Parts: sequence; C-alpha cells; structure tokens
Amino acid sequence: MPVITVREALRQALHEAMQDERVFIIGEDIGHYGSTYGVTAGFLEQYGPERIRDAPIAESGIVGIAIGAAMVGMRPIAEIMSVNFSLLAFDMLFNHAAKIYAMFGGQMTVPMVLRTTNGWTQLSATHSQSFDVYFAHMPGLKVVAPATPYDMKGMLKAAIEDPDPVVFIEHTLMYTVKGEVPEESYTVPLGKARLAREGRDITVVTYSRMVHLSQQAADILARDGIEVEIVDLRTLRPLDMSVALESFKKTNRAVVVTEDWQSFGTSAEIAARLYEYGFDYLDAPIARVNFREVPMPYSKNLELQTVVTVDRIVQAIRKTLS
Amino acid sequence: MAHHDDYAHTSAGASPALLNDSRLDAATLIDYYRQMVLIRRFEEKCQEMYTKAKIGGFLHLYIGEEATAVGAIAALRPQDHIFTHYRDHGHAIARGLDINALMAELFGKVTGCSKGLGGSMHFADVSKNFWGGYAIVGSHLPLAVGAALGMKMQRKDSVVMAFFGDGATNGGEFYESLNFAQLWKLPVIFVCENNLYAMGTPLEVHSSVTELYRKACAFGMTSERVDGNDVLVMREAALRAVEHARSGKGPVLLEAMTYRFRGHSAQDTQKYRTKEDIERHRRNDPIARFRALLLNEGIATEQQLRDIDRMIDDQVEAAVRFADESPEPGHEWITQAGVYAAPIAVDPPIHGE
Ligand SMILES: Cc1ncc(C[n+]2csc(CCOP(=O)(O)OP(=O)(O)O)c2C)c(N)n1
Ligand SMILES: [Mg+2]
Repeated sequence: MPVITVREALRQALHEAMQDERVFIIGEDIGHYGSTYGVTAGFLEQYGPERIRDAPIAESGIVGIAIGAAMVGMRPIAEIMSVNFSLLAFDMLFNHAAKIYAMFGGQMTVPMVLRTTNGWTQLSATHSQSFDVYFAHMPGLKVVAPATPYDMKGMLKAAIEDPDPVVFIEHTLMYTVKGEVPEESYTVPLGKARLAREGRDITVVTYSRMVHLSQQAADILARDGIEVEIVDLRTLRPLDMSVALESFKKTNRAVVVTEDWQSFGTSAEIAARLYEYGFDYLDAPIARVNFREVPMPYSKNLELQTVVTVDRIVQAIRKTLS
Repeated sequence: MAHHDDYAHTSAGASPALLNDSRLDAATLIDYYRQMVLIRRFEEKCQEMYTKAKIGGFLHLYIGEEATAVGAIAALRPQDHIFTHYRDHGHAIARGLDINALMAELFGKVTGCSKGLGGSMHFADVSKNFWGGYAIVGSHLPLAVGAALGMKMQRKDSVVMAFFGDGATNGGEFYESLNFAQLWKLPVIFVCENNLYAMGTPLEVHSSVTELYRKACAFGMTSERVDGNDVLVMREAALRAVEHARSGKGPVLLEAMTYRFRGHSAQDTQKYRTKEDIERHRRNDPIARFRALLLNEGIATEQQLRDIDRMIDDQVEAAVRFADESPEPGHEWITQAGVYAAPIAVDPPIHGE
C-alpha cells in the first residue's frame, strides 16, 4: 500500500469529491495563492475558478454562503485558513448550520463541510488555539478530528457525503505525517473510535495530533515494560466512548490527552464519561494532559512549556500507574 | 433601472399611473388587496392569541408593512427563493404558505410549517422555496447569497430575494454579503425594509447614512429607494430588480420605505415614539391606500372588497380552530433523530436513546 502524507491523503479525498458536480471549495487563498498548507495546490488550474472559489477575507460570509448553497443542493467545502479565524464564523455555524435541520422541523439539510486547522509554532496568542470544544459542544454539528492519513482521506470523504454539517479539524503540524493509504476510494464512518495501540496496563484516550505524541510516549514506556493502550476517538460529536470504555475496563487506569485548555475542555467531557460509565473499574484518578491555561506565548522556550509534549504524557502515565 | 446616483424618490400616489402601465388585470389587483388584508387580519388575530397565551415567545408583527412583502414577492416566480428575518409572517403569507400551518406553528403544533419547532420567528416551507425566517439580525444574508451562488452554479435562472430591516444594514454580514454578491454577480435582490426603527432605536441614531440604498454605492451595486407602502410601486421596483438579477447583471439593493404600526414585538412599550407619530404614518396605511385606489379607479366595488374581508375573517378563524385542534410535536423531535438528517448511534448512547 502506498505511504503518503496527511496532506496528500486530504488532496486525494478532495480530488475524488470534486468528481461530484455539486462539490465546490470556497475559502481564502485556496486558489491563486496556491493554498496556505498546500492541500488545494493546483486545484484552481484543474477545476477552474467557479468550483475553486478564492474568497475575500470574510469568514462569516464564506461559511454562510456554504450553508445557503448546501441548502439548495450543492455540496460546499468551506475552508477556514486556521481555526483562529473561525471565531468570525461562529454565528453562521452555531446559529445556522447547527440549527436549520431541527429548527425548521427537518425540512432542510445543510450538507456542508467546514475544513479548518489547529496548530501552533511560535505564532503567539491569537494564532495558536484550539476550539474543538466549542464545535463539539453544539448539537446539530458533527465534529471530526482524525489523526492518520488513512482516516483523513476516509473521513473527509465520509464528511462530504454526509447530509449534515461537519466540522473537519486538521492540524498544521500533521500535514507531513505519513501513513499507508490505499489509492482506491473508501470512506471511514464518522462517529466511530478506533484502537490505535494495544496494551494491558493503561489507557490513553486522545485524538488528532495527540495520537502521535501518545504513540511516542508509549514507545518510551515500552522500554520499561509498560504497555500503553491508545484509543483514538476520531470523532468528537457524536462521541463514541465504546472503545475507550472497553479498554478502561481492562486497564482500570486512564490518561486523557488533548491539545486544548483543561478547564471545561474536551478532556473534561472525556474524563467525565469514563467516570460515569467506568466507575466500578477505576483503580486511580484519571489524569489529564493539556495546554497550560495561558494565551500561547511567542517565546520558543515558554511555548514548549505551554503545549503538550511527549515528556508530559510519559510523566502523567507513570504517575497514574504509581 | 435607476442607479443610486440618479435615484428619485417615488412619491406616494404613483399607483394610478402604474395601473395603466402595468397591464395588471382586475383579478390580480384584487388579489394583492386580499393578500395584504390576510396578513393584517392574521396578525391581528396573532396579537389576540398572544394575549390569550396561545402563542408564546416573541411576536414581531408586520402590520403597516404589508405592501412591501406583497409587492416584492409578486415579482417572483415559484422557482425563485426567499430568505427573510424574524418579522416573517407577511412574507410567508405573500408567498402563499398555508395560514393553517402558520397559525399552528405559532401555537407550537406539529402541523405547523416548521413542525412547531420554530415558532413565529422561524416560518419555513421548502415546497414554496421559502427558506425561512432567521432571528439573528442580518445573519441570513450570507445564506441568501449562498443560495444564489447555488442557482448560478446549477445554471438555473432562479433569483433569491432577501428581506431584512434598516437595523440589519449596520452589521458586518450585510457588507460581506453585498460584496460577495456583487463580486460574483449573483442573482440576489436585497430588500431592506426601512421602517425607521431598529427595535426602539431611530434610523438617524443607528446609521451614519440614513438613505440606506446609498450603502450599495461602495460595492458598485445598483440600488433604489422606493415607497414600500405602495404595493404597485413596490412590485414595479421588484420586477426591475428581478429582471436585472435574472439576466446575469448581478444583485440589486431595494430600500423599501415603510413603517410598522405596532411595537417591535408584543413586549414593546414604544417609549421611542409618540401616538401622534404613529397616527401621522397611519394616514399612509398601505391597505387603506390601495383600497381607495381600487374603488376610485373602478377596479373593485365596495361590496366585492367587503366580501373578501369577510372571507378572510372566516379563513383566519378556521386557522385558529385548526391550530387549536392540532396535536403537539412528539418526543422524537428532541432526540438525535430530530437534530440530524443522518443521526449516528454511539455507545453509550446520548440520553440513553
Ligand atoms: C445579532 C442580533 N442582535 C440583536 C438582536 C435583537 N434584535 C432583534 S430585532 C432587532 C432590531 C432589528 O431592527 P431592523 O433590522 O430595523 O428590523 P425590524 O425589526 O425593524 O423589522 C434587534 C436589536 C438580534 N436578534 N440579533
Ligand atoms: Mg427596522
């Protein structure tokens, strides 16, 4: 099977999706500029400006237009350059995309995908955030954040085919992550977690880029004979906890690793569900590894102390096992 | 069509001239009257039902503005699309939504146009291409632009008409939408209903430019201010705008001058204007004006119009009975199946569903 990057996997999914006449892509700098993270590079030349729509810097308009077009039968893919700018489109997402199906009594659907990307690399406070929890909080949205090239391709395809609005969260530090991806077309269903690594001692519940860091932490701990099981949630709404709970019932210990602030964050919900449904199996308090609760500093040194590192995951696992 | 530069405000009393020009038959003219009266009686009944607590939530009445919706929507074909704001009863009725379903919606019944989940501010009927009332001021304008983009990409000649208030022209979405629509030459008719107030804030207190059609200037967009209380003037302007949009020339902004006779919503104590203000504007009542025109020009007889009035009263009473007798929406509407077109079952299930 070919080994390709996340970027290439996303490109394959988008190329496949473009075979459907109803699909078009709208976003800032997706065409003439050549795409901020290279995902849609060359698409303008191949598909033309009608379907690769370079948009003005107007996030609310971009997402609102995608919603309206989706309502009348198109399959828009809106790209928000980085998740930090999605704040300007929250009204569109939360008050419209998420509500239109339910509020009008199921008369209309909003089959759109919002692609956006988390990430940081010395970009300081406004450009290094994660809003996963805001999206995942909202009934009416589906929210996915895959980790591997295989899932990126399969879940983006599934998201585009889905009749409901889907927020598809990527990560700037993952575009070059490699993995096996079949050339042929396939989908990976939304709302299904997966076991990313087997182990009998402790369960790490995580998603997106943190799956890869958790793997590195597990490799380090394996040298000491500690077997870490890793659950990749893949979808945040609806949240499939079955794989995590099954693992937890076996290991009786868990660490939740998410790349966002801890208070009221995604890890709070995940841990709450482990407690709620796995209470009888609990041998130790559930640990959480997250961003430090500060606006992201620019200074490299401070930034590395703020984000989640392999070392912090290793420490949390050791502590939970002790 | 008049560009913003050579705009001339259409004066009240333009209707008689239009009557001769527009080749409208008597039946059509009388039907505009019927629609306007139906909106008014329906809403008067809404007010009554609100007082009786049959209707809850916010109730924004359109009384006084009927000619704008009826005139503008008269310019549309069935395959054209409408997006509107929370003051949506008039547009829904002018578009021909069943008033039984509208009253049932207000009563929160499953026979309502939005199954009782939307209420007054969220009427919709996809079968009529009536894509809904939206209650976040100005925020439906990008949706309307998106629908127009969809029409253009599907090579359809449908246009999209978006209604909103004077207050909505100050928000970012208005400007984003005008830019997108003009930039991409999309078939949108933006109909700004300038009723001189955004809730209780007067036009000159909330907008740096009070001739709102001029806000289209910055985008090089065609725009026009019209008498929104004259149904025929409104229709003529809308026809010009629709023709412009349908022929691929791009969007148009119409500023319809009008006035609401009731409070902003049922809760409004109207401290921001006097009874005299309202009385002065009542002399410009769009229904009274049109009724007088029909009679003076010999298009309808007093008896004919009275028969219509009576028929409408009966229709509205029947709508109340229908709404009253209708069942409420069931519990399934508050399960995931009511929230998603394709709900995904997870384990453990949400709410144990
Ligand atoms: C974004 C937003 N801000 C505030 C409100 C509360 N609100 C509802 S209607 C309204 C006034 C709108 O005035 P206008 O656009 O002139 O429309 P009108 O009610 O006069 O028809 C306000 C402030 C809202 N619904 N949405
Ligand atoms: Mg107003």
